[in-house]
Amino acid sequence: MSAQTQMKVSDEVAISIDKMNKWYGTFHVLRDIDLTVYRGERIVIAGPSGSGKSTLIRCINALEEHQKGRIEVDGTVLSSDLKNIDKIRSEVGMVFQHFNLFPHLTILENCTLAPIWVRKIPKREAEETAMHFLEKVKIPEQADKYPGQLSGGQQQRVAIARSLCMKPRIMLFDEPTSALDPEMIKEVLDTMVSLAEEGMTMLCVTHEMGFAQAVANRVIFMADGQIVEQNNPHDFFNNPQNERTKLFLSQILGH
Amino acid sequence: MSDTHAHAVAYVRDTMLPQQPPPASEAGAVKWMRENLFSGWFNTILTLVAVYIIFRLLSGSLPWFLGGIWNADSLATCREVLDGATGGCFAVLTERWNQLLFGVAYPNDQYWRPTLAFVLLLVAVAPVLYPKAPRKMLIFTGLYPFVGFWLIWGGTIFAPLVGLLGFVVGYLLFKQVERQSFAGGAALAVVGALVTWWAGGFLVGAAEGVIALEPVPSRDLGGFMLNLILGTVCISLSLPIGILLALGRQSDLPIVKWICVVFIEFIRGVPLITLLFVANVVLAYFLPPGTNFDLVLRVIIMITMFASAYIAEVIRGGLAALPRGQYEAADSLGLDYGQSMRLIILPQALKISIPGIVNVAVGLFKDTTLVSVISMFDMVGMIRGPILASTEWNGVYWELWSFAILLFFVVCYSISQYSQWLERQLQRDHR
Repeated sequence: MSAQTQMKVSDEVAISIDKMNKWYGTFHVLRDIDLTVYRGERIVIAGPSGSGKSTLIRCINALEEHQKGRIEVDGTVLSSDLKNIDKIRSEVGMVFQHFNLFPHLTILENCTLAPIWVRKIPKREAEETAMHFLEKVKIPEQADKYPGQLSGGQQQRVAIARSLCMKPRIMLFDEPTSALDPEMIKEVLDTMVSLAEEGMTMLCVTHEMGFAQAVANRVIFMADGQIVEQNNPHDFFNNPQNERTKLFLSQILGH
Repeated sequence: MSDTHAHAVAYVRDTMLPQQPPPASEAGAVKWMRENLFSGWFNTILTLVAVYIIFRLLSGSLPWFLGGIWNADSLATCREVLDGATGGCFAVLTERWNQLLFGVAYPNDQYWRPTLAFVLLLVAVAPVLYPKAPRKMLIFTGLYPFVGFWLIWGGTIFAPLVGLLGFVVGYLLFKQVERQSFAGGAALAVVGALVTWWAGGFLVGAAEGVIALEPVPSRDLGGFMLNLILGTVCISLSLPIGILLALGRQSDLPIVKWICVVFIEFIRGVPLITLLFVANVVLAYFLPPGTNFDLVLRVIIMITMFASAYIAEVIRGGLAALPRGQYEAADSLGLDYGQSMRLIILPQALKISIPGIVNVAVGLFKDTTLVSVISMFDMVGMIRGPILASTEWNGVYWELWSFAILLFFVVCYSISQYSQWLERQLQRDHR
């Protein structure tokens, strides 16, 4: 526990997960997950495929339902109450592996839709905010195009901007670079790094270990639906303790 | 060119070649014909055979069209005038023109009313079909059902006004309560509208004849007008109902889902003609004695139910074609169910479903002719009944049915062309 205290960025708790369990039918995907995320922390979740990393962060904004245990996000306990879920979702941004932009709307409309309808912000103001964030991800000139006209890397940066337009307090990234060509991975990671530098609370499921080493202040390793090991990136990469972690790192860093 | 050295490899152009037209055989009609009609001995033979067939068809049918008789008062007169020459007897169309369009019983001096209603229909539909039309026109679209009703059925203007008032009252009540509870608002709106209509019923009864058009009972409607009324009303009602059924079928609420599944599967499992017979005869047994439930209204309900079940399945296909990520992205942004359906899911699902919806709409419009089987005098009913059975025009099949085919084809082909235009308008990829 002392190690964790040393790593935290602030005393304020952003997410607390307590003995959380999830099953797909009879398959036990997440087992007794305990996790506390402090405001301003950048956490990278790694692990072999099928270890439950994506499911874990999808439980945080209730895209997946957990069956046992307690999740508290930003002071709101996640329950099956729809109002409650919508409140948490509007505070937590999410970036998907396959971008999931809305293809029938322009880039600008993609970014202003939720602020206008969920936050009830006037259209003009929402558009200004959207342009601000599109400039931040460096594609303001694409505002009037449709997602289908953009490259994968550009689409993913729009997806990040779209989430940021809701002014979220927490950002979840579900393998944001896994569907991208190698030369486009960097432009997305750069955006994420600059976001981290501004103190955004971030949970990233990713295989980009370089990103983990550079940006994360905690790395969590999951296997078989459990948290196997967590540590600061330096100790995690240089001095892994668990056998599963050692095996995983040797496979992923071996070449 | 002359100043380049014979053995030098390097080369610099000093005069630019002007643009020249392609050889005559490589441009225009000649090139097109050579490539498309005479590109080989086999294709040349096919082309010649096709040209011969077209020639035979035209030489057989053109004299019939061109030599047609347009003015005569019976088939016998027609044959006298023709005197053995080839020619159609199109006089039946001119002589029975009004009957074909409006039916036998619609008062002759009131034909301007359905005609005006038809013209206004085009105005009302414009903002729905063309996104570029001024949005303010939608107000007229909202009022059109009441205007159209008054023009076609007549009676006092208070009847459609009370109808409209009921909707307005319901909407205002809904807006009042919507913030607290959506379901409560909806229930209150229904009650409010019903009370308005009930109270308004007395007003309409008392005001009979005040600012009134000559009332025309439903059984007097007929001709192509009846097909158009049924087609327009049923298509515009079945689309929203079909959307609700499709969403209901996907719902997590078991009772809603169950009701929608049973409704869709039942309606799809029976022939439309049996539903129409039910509307015509059987339904009367279930209603309290003495109630006069309008026949056209009963038919509209049946055709609408039939079409909405099909449209629901078409839209369900569109919903299923959307990637799950679209639902998740909408959810993750905090949009509630209504917003994510209205703003994200349905616009995309409906766009995918356009060909299927148009298929149902065209089919529905053609199926309105089935009402002739339950002795309503729509276009087909008119031709089969009053016109072909009359002593003057007994036996004029080709001319009458060609005319019916032409009218239906014009409408259905327009719908089809519009839908293709709309699909191109909504195209969002690879622009």
